[in-house]
Amino acid sequence: MYILEREYLAALATLLLGRGYELIGPKLAGGVITYAPLAGIEEMARKIRDAQGPGHYRSSPGEEDVWFSYVPGAASLKPWFNPPKCLVCRMRGSADEFLNETPPVTAPKRAFIGVRACEVAALRMQDKIFLEGPYADPEYRARREGALILAVNCSHPAETCFCASMQTGPKATTGFDLALTEISAKGKPAFLIEKGSDAGGELLGELPVRMATAKDKEAAILVSERAAQQITREINPERAARGLAAGLEHPHWATLESRCMNCANCTLVCPTCFCSTMEDSTSLSGDTAERWRLWDSCFVSEFTYIHGGSIRKSGASRYRQWLGHKFSHWHKQFGASGCVGCGRCIAWCPAGIDITRELAVFEASAPATARETVR
Amino acid sequence: MTLTTLDAPMSPLPYRIRQVTWENRDTFSFALAPAGEGSCERFLPGQFNMLYVYGVGEVPVSISGDPAEGDMIVHTTRYVGNVTKAMSRLRADQMIGVRGPLGNHWPAGEAKGKDLLIVAGGIGLAPLRPLIYEALRRRSDYGKIVLLFGTRSPDDMLFRNELRQWRSRFDMDVQICVDRAHQDWFGHVGVVSSLIPRAGFDPYLTHAFICGPEIMMVNTVEALIKRGVSEEAIFVTMERNMKCGIGLCGHCQLGTAFICKDGPVFRYDEMAPWLTIREM
Ligand SMILES: Cc1cc2nc3c(=O)[nH]c(=O)nc-3n(C[C@H](O)[C@H](O)[C@H](O)COP(=O)(O)OP(=O)(O)OC[C@H]3O[C@@H](n4cnc5c(N)ncnc54)[C@H](O)[C@@H]3O)c2cc1C
Ligand code: SF4
Ligand code: SF4
Ligand code: FES
Repeated sequence: MYILEREYLAALATLLLGRGYELIGPKLAGGVITYAPLAGIEEMARKIRDAQGPGHYRSSPGEEDVWFSYVPGAASLKPWFNPPKCLVCRMRGSADEFLNETPPVTAPKRAFIGVRACEVAALRMQDKIFLEGPYADPEYRARREGALILAVNCSHPAETCFCASMQTGPKATTGFDLALTEISAKGKPAFLIEKGSDAGGELLGELPVRMATAKDKEAAILVSERAAQQITREINPERAARGLAAGLEHPHWATLESRCMNCANCTLVCPTCFCSTMEDSTSLSGDTAERWRLWDSCFVSEFTYIHGGSIRKSGASRYRQWLGHKFSHWHKQFGASGCVGCGRCIAWCPAGIDITRELAVFEASAPATARETVR
Repeated sequence: MTLTTLDAPMSPLPYRIRQVTWENRDTFSFALAPAGEGSCERFLPGQFNMLYVYGVGEVPVSISGDPAEGDMIVHTTRYVGNVTKAMSRLRADQMIGVRGPLGNHWPAGEAKGKDLLIVAGGIGLAPLRPLIYEALRRRSDYGKIVLLFGTRSPDDMLFRNELRQWRSRFDMDVQICVDRAHQDWFGHVGVVSSLIPRAGFDPYLTHAFICGPEIMMVNTVEALIKRGVSEEAIFVTMERNMKCGIGLCGHCQLGTAFICKDGPVFRYDEMAPWLTIREM
């Protein structure tokens, strides 16, 4: 582990930009932290505080001398790897005679800085979906290959966060090239840096770092421990899965239906939701036909349309798909919960629905397992 | 080298329509061959392709032809909406995009040494036809082969030639029924599940393969279980909205299953928990 004094983070940015990377990091835009291209470290959001709660988000200037005193806003890394809209194929000709002229998928080299542990976990989950199934998605693969992940371990989790209980944070353990923890080293603000890959190690070789002392390492451990202690919300993934599996016809779905506005915000801000639809079009002259992929959501009633009507007609059934998929079905499909505990769906729900509380309702009426009964 | 679906899984390959056959007033079959050089992909009975109509859209359609026929791929489609209607207007020599073959297949190997019961409702006969061709080619692998086919009316019949040939065989039992009939229909009238109680198969030594509307499959399974066929010996195909066909778009989910990559063929007991719940 290494120490980089905080003022030299700019050197890392300059190094990456000089090597032709597009640098993407947290930026304040319209009062919300978002991931955006950065021309240098000066443009990165620093010393910002965010207040989050069900249906609530507000940012303000921070008082402490801590750069990463906030967590991400509505935008996750998702759009950088799975864009909201992308070309799937392009045909030229007509129904009589056409050629497939789909251009090869390319993506610029990108380095992502300030990526949080939950985002890294979400990215690993997207890898499972888009790269590790029977078919790999070319768009995702092009964007993922060669992307550098420079993580920052959280010190100031939001009130909506529950990564600790999902075991995805607040400290990143795998899936990054470098991981930074903001500490004070020898009285100066600094980052303790962990190397996660050879590419990360190679970058370190170009930076003014020194070896971390035992004291530096302790300081970093303390930052992550304190962050974990500040997290108040929690979900027990196994119990949630059991509650949902037993509660497919629970009356609480009707209560949720009456509160949910069917806006699909939760699925759009969720860093692991991956659903998409296709849109076909032809040029005015008709000699070019394109198929585009667009983000979709299981909250949209046409999502399940088959000839004769949609399968999930009621809002209750669509809400059940969202929670059921994330917290129950996902385990069988991808070997883990589909939630990384980022809290976005809580903060960005206009109705202020808090999934940690709703899941508790299903858990409470599910039959307990033998072990729990004994306890 | 020609590209395959594995290299570019979202990108349809141009195929030429070699022949169009109208099966009845709303159902037609296409025989397709690759537009460029290269041959058709091999497929297993029960698999489907995503068929793309230039500029209009792409829909999942089962492969209905003979798996042993290598230079053409056959699809039988009923037109019901936007894409299938545009498809119905295509003529021989025009083109269509093909992505596949996708999905799993009927586990015919497991049925070796047993009676083979095939139950189809309407267009559901299309994904079962390749299985019938294969089973007849390996006739000695099976005990009895029974086909129960239900269709709305005599005018909605499809694959008339095959049905006639199969009915005339001594080693296959074919029963056809219609929901509604006019005077010149001498066969059975009723839903296809009503044929189960008196069909000639050994319920304890039978593998059943079913495809049709969901309600027809549910009724058929109920009748089979009543006769003593075990849930593990019953296979159904499921239909859900599909945009990608390869496990990436999320549309086809039913409970824990992705119909496109885990199916479309499922052992009944894997589907049973979801089928009883409304709006899953
Ligand atoms: C695995 C599988 C195999 C199939 N095999 C056949 C077959 O062999 N022959 C046949 O005639 N039909 C088959 N179908 C059904 C066929 O895909 C639909 O009839 C077709 O998608 C309807 O599209 P449309 O645009 O004409 O209808 P519209 O009603 O205009 O539908 C609009 C859109 O909704 C979606 N959609 C509508 N109905 C269905 C449906 N039933 N299944 C999936 N998506 C749907 C499609 O994306 C479609 O473009 C199969 C479906 C599946 C899932
Ligand atoms: S379900 Fe909610 S808390 Fe979990 S990863 Fe998605 S947006 Fe974040
Ligand atoms: S919760 Fe809904 S939108 Fe999100 S991945 Fe599941 S089905 Fe798709
Ligand atoms: S059709 Fe896209 S995931 Fe199954």
